[in-house]
Amino acid sequence: MPDTPDLADAEVVYHRPAGLTEVQMRYCPGCTHGTAHKLVAEVLEELDIIDRTVAIATVGCSVYAYEYFNTDAIQAAHGRGPAVATGIKRASPESIVFTYQGDGDLAAIGLSEVIHTAQRGDSITVIFINNAVFGMTRGQMAPTTLLGQKTTTTPLGRDPRIAGTPMMICELLAPIPGVAYLARETMIDPKTVRNARRSIKKAFQAQIDGAGFSLVELVSTCPAWWHMSPLEAMAWIRDEMLKQYPLQIFVDYEG
Amino acid sequence: MTKRVMMTGNEAIAEGAIAGGCRYFFGYPITPQNAIPQYMAEHLPEVGGVYLQAESELAAINLVYGAAATGVYVMTSSSSPGISLMQEGLSYMLGSELPCVVVNMVRGGPGLGNIGPAQSDYWLATRGAGHGDGRCLTFAPHRVQEVYDWAIAAFPIAQKYRCPVMLLGDGLVANMAEPVRLQERREPPPRDQEWAIGGRRHGRPRRIVNSLWTDVPVMEALNLRIQERFKQAAENETRWEEYGDDDPVLLFAAYGISARVCKTVIDRLADEGLRTRLIRPISLFPFPHKPFAEWAQRAERIICVELSLGQFVEDVRLAVEGRCPVDLIWRTGGVLLTPEEVIARVKELL
Repeated sequence: MPDTPDLADAEVVYHRPAGLTEVQMRYCPGCTHGTAHKLVAEVLEELDIIDRTVAIATVGCSVYAYEYFNTDAIQAAHGRGPAVATGIKRASPESIVFTYQGDGDLAAIGLSEVIHTAQRGDSITVIFINNAVFGMTRGQMAPTTLLGQKTTTTPLGRDPRIAGTPMMICELLAPIPGVAYLARETMIDPKTVRNARRSIKKAFQAQIDGAGFSLVELVSTCPAWWHMSPLEAMAWIRDEMLKQYPLQIFVDYEG
Repeated sequence: MTKRVMMTGNEAIAEGAIAGGCRYFFGYPITPQNAIPQYMAEHLPEVGGVYLQAESELAAINLVYGAAATGVYVMTSSSSPGISLMQEGLSYMLGSELPCVVVNMVRGGPGLGNIGPAQSDYWLATRGAGHGDGRCLTFAPHRVQEVYDWAIAAFPIAQKYRCPVMLLGDGLVANMAEPVRLQERREPPPRDQEWAIGGRRHGRPRRIVNSLWTDVPVMEALNLRIQERFKQAAENETRWEEYGDDDPVLLFAAYGISARVCKTVIDRLADEGLRTRLIRPISLFPFPHKPFAEWAQRAERIICVELSLGQFVEDVRLAVEGRCPVDLIWRTGGVLLTPEEVIARVKELL
């Protein structure tokens, strides 16, 4: 009979963050949604705000976010997350409110809501997942799709003469005075994951401080609709996406 | 202490909402209801409330959705094209079982139409809460005091049945001024609903506001729960007014501003010796079937008077169930019926 390790005196060095429920996520292998969820959840725990946070799930692959975050939660119509967030924040100012939106939700159908929420300087936080494609609806072009990138609706590659150029959300929001914290990060190796975590924490801190609107764009993978392995997807972010979407802290209210 | 003041329908609905405990208003300008947001912008801050002008009606109804989820009395107001844009949000509110009050001061349509008084959003109001299997409870006051009273009454009804309540007016109800007896402004009720999110949980289990149910029997069960609430509303909230002769030859059916016109018509026809009576639905959904079923057996015919091309008349026909002929007198596109025109057309029909 093999020896079984005695765990009675073992020290717990890693655990599921308290900001996540035990519900099994539905994401594809190699998708960075799981990492992004974990980082947000860790930050909620670290800032001790789980008890007063409202998560806003939007439409796309992350629609079930209300099942994953261990907070009060609400599901919003496609693109309307920032308006719903503002409604909650205005009626319940002690709440910490964040939306979790993909590039279709935020940069296509919901562009107006996110810009106006930033313009008003509402103290809410947006986690913006940019994976350059509509994931849930089978890989169509998103506003953030790279030039030349093949998707199910740009089968020959995105042609700017037909479909325009990639939408630069951070660059669009950066000049707005109501923005307190704005950064673009990614999650392709331990260093970038650490940096993403730091920016997410600063974004929530900005809200706690009532400093204004905060958004962290996370350049993310979609191995399924990029038709890549998880490792190839990480490499494609490094080699292609970050050329279009350079990592940067655009606005930091603390200077 | 009660005070009697002159107010427009728009002002009355805004003051009524504040008096009823509403402290949150989100809206987007559109004629002929602009005095509502303007009144709210001026007076909500006096009572610690929040007025926020949205960037669109899409945003407005979703601001309402967010605030409603925290358990507060919240409202928006608009006019026909804006209400079209709000349909998506109304569907989400119904699916998420959230209460709110929506005012539609109807204007002529379709399209951009005009700002004349119209009733052509009857179907939109009584059938529509966007997509899906549900509707808004809909009430149609016809004078300014009644507008004020319904603005107070609408919020508890929305909370009780956990759905949007629509107050349906038109460009004339919105902008005519009449005396209104005001009530003291009440404090908002506590946010003690078992479904409300936000605030500090202090250990209570987390709550989810949601309309996504991919498990189809669960979605069906939700629809049945909503349906059950509508049945209860039909029992408890069905309202109508009757006016005119107790032994009528002819019945009028009209709501809102058309009912005001009909009352004048009934008085003038009485002077000519013609006995007529008005059934005025105040709740349009739930629709008051009972008075139509009863009076239809005793009158020769029913004439519907509406500012639309035969929308309201469909509900009247459903209620009458063939017991007597149902005719229709209409104008559309923002044109108001005058008593003279109604009387002339009644005489053509008889």
